[in-house]
Amino acid sequence: MSRLLSLLLLLVAPALAGANPASRDGMVTIPAGVYVPLSRSVLDAASVAVPAFRLDVHPVTNAEFLAFVTANPKWRRSRVSPLFADASYLRNWTGDLEPGAGAPADAPVVNVSWFVARAYARWVGKRLPTIAEWEHAAAAGYTTTDARTEPAFTSDLYAWLSKPVPSVLPPVASARPNFYGVRGLHGLVWEWVDDFNTAMVTGESRADSGLDRDLFCGAGAVAAKDTSDYAAFMRQALRSSLKGNNTTTSLGFRCVEDLPVEP
Amino acid sequence: MKPNVYAILAAALLAVPVARAAEGPSTALGPVNLPPEILALPVEQAVLTAPPHVPPPITRRTPARVIVNLEVKEVVMPIADGTEYTFWTFGGTVPGLFIRIRAGDVVEFHLNNHPSSKLPHNIDLHAVTGSGGGASSTFTAPGHSSQFTFKALNPGLYVYHCATAPVPMHIGNGMYGLILVEPPEGLPKVDREYYVMQGDFYTQGRYGEPGLQAFDMAKSIDEHPTYVLFNGSVGSLVGDKALTANVGETVRLYFGAGGPNLTSSFHVIGEIFDKVWLEGGTRVAQENVQTTMVPSGGSTIVDFKVDVPGTFVLVDHSLSRAFNKGALGMLKVTGPEDRVIYSGKEVDAVYIGSQAAEGSESVKREAVLREQIAAEIRANPTIAGLTKEMQFERGKQVYMQLCFACHMPDGKGLPSVFPPLAGSDYMLGDRARAVRVALKGMTGPVTVNGQTYDSAMPPTGLTEEQVADVLTYAFNEWGNTGEPFTVDEVRRALNETR
Repeated sequence: MSRLLSLLLLLVAPALAGANPASRDGMVTIPAGVYVPLSRSVLDAASVAVPAFRLDVHPVTNAEFLAFVTANPKWRRSRVSPLFADASYLRNWTGDLEPGAGAPADAPVVNVSWFVARAYARWVGKRLPTIAEWEHAAAAGYTTTDARTEPAFTSDLYAWLSKPVPSVLPPVASARPNFYGVRGLHGLVWEWVDDFNTAMVTGESRADSGLDRDLFCGAGAVAAKDTSDYAAFMRQALRSSLKGNNTTTSLGFRCVEDLPVEP
Repeated sequence: MKPNVYAILAAALLAVPVARAAEGPSTALGPVNLPPEILALPVEQAVLTAPPHVPPPITRRTPARVIVNLEVKEVVMPIADGTEYTFWTFGGTVPGLFIRIRAGDVVEFHLNNHPSSKLPHNIDLHAVTGSGGGASSTFTAPGHSSQFTFKALNPGLYVYHCATAPVPMHIGNGMYGLILVEPPEGLPKVDREYYVMQGDFYTQGRYGEPGLQAFDMAKSIDEHPTYVLFNGSVGSLVGDKALTANVGETVRLYFGAGGPNLTSSFHVIGEIFDKVWLEGGTRVAQENVQTTMVPSGGSTIVDFKVDVPGTFVLVDHSLSRAFNKGALGMLKVTGPEDRVIYSGKEVDAVYIGSQAAEGSESVKREAVLREQIAAEIRANPTIAGLTKEMQFERGKQVYMQLCFACHMPDGKGLPSVFPPLAGSDYMLGDRARAVRVALKGMTGPVTVNGQTYDSAMPPTGLTEEQVADVLTYAFNEWGNTGEPFTVDEVRRALNETR
């Protein structure tokens, strides 16, 4: 009886998903918007226009990543070049093709490098989001496009930031969807972005927030940033600390694709 | 052979730009080429200690190459009884492990960021001369380690801390500690050294709210801490975790203020700092200090000899922090009492304060009634006798709490120090004077029964009724005999001198 029910659900679920054009193929459309960089030099624009794009509803899971390494042997743990993934690549997996108990199928894949994330995205016909795209989608709260107006959202965010990384990550479906229906941009794992290494932070935050890193003495124009968004600083700091072959216990990724051009 | 070389060269030429572009903005320069005289120095691994302990003093009088390994770890620990917090730590403790080196040492510093960390971290050591104090050289992703070398040019007690954005959060989560750079000649020897550091913490729940508490960004920006703590938790230096010393020892505290925001008015209740190396510098800038100011991101060294036993409480004398936010620690000193330096509580008497306003109708009426009762009593020998007995007993209680300490329970005093009351011609010979002395005390030479005494009796603070009672006792004990004292007589005697 219950087997019949789950079989029915299996058949119906994709049909239901297909009925909603917004979440086709596990992706949703993020409408066009504007991204205001956290910090910028006088040569950078004060804000960046972000055209509409389609974003994965959830970060890539271990099950999805298993399909990728199965089809692409050179990205298996035992075969990957250290140039492209460091020694902790997939270290929470049991073996090359066995995620094991430390990496449940429905949990986000972590311990992956930027190189492998890009290779995965190409393999599925997508690409990694830019900082502007990612931050634009992640600026939304639960019920509005601006999380800063939602104290409940901020409270959840800092509660997550205040917890250490769990040894086994929760399923991607456990993250509460944001205004656009996207899960886990906050509160699940950090995520790679395509242009991560343009986050110009030296690691010496006081110098970074000062003016002397700019070449021009008119650098007072740099003021256009919100120093009270600590979570944004943390994302920026994390991105700047990374190299392309780095992998860590709380860093995964998701993909985007451009909207099809209207005929 | 040749083709192989070309192949390697070609591969290198191709690989280098690719690798560069891929490796992102953080680049390592490679190990520094140390000159032969430094390579010739002895190499030692630094001993790091968790608070409140301090590594042993450095005994060598020449520089060394010192290797320091410090691990950054994000850990859940109690911040108060029943309340937990995710601390970001240097070495698993708040404050971080204590580092002790000597001026002139060349330090090879390794910062290791544990794989389970959520964030990149770095370290700015105020003891380092150079850009960022090491911060940009040690910016380290989770699961990675960084290395840099510095020469300790300036001796002193320095704060180190994480300088990754957002800095107030990294420091507010406990990322600070102390590094002592001993002067070449060392510091004066003491019996005990301890390590205490103050920090302010900002949690979403109020003080003492149970469960795992999250960082509160708004409170941090407003500089309204929920907790102000010594060594990272309420009660970290209390009870069986208190600092200890023995009477007669000299104690040295290496005290730092991690912040992120608050300065500390550091004070030890019941002690006076004999010496203060103000702001952690290298000269004893001041002696005999009650409270010393420690800036956020600064330190101090204080020495004091403990002369008497007891519990000495460390506080930030901005006292709401001590009373309501946890900035309390204890130093327990054991050993023999010295009651001349500190007697302990000598007297505990009832103090009522001033009576009802004089001149009111009620007070006048009461006085009239009292006088009527007194007249009745005087007229009735039985009641008069009973009153005297009662006064005698009450007076004995006062005497045994207060007067006995000098005049002795047997009323004989101490020869040539405190005069006797038993058979005292001085006391028995002038009742009005006895009243005044019993209340106000007296100072200077006095002859009692032919013997001269020269000491001081402080005012007793007794009520008029207590004076009457205690004198009734003293005039009728140890062979003395005399009429009981009334409150009226006491008042009259006191008025004589006005």
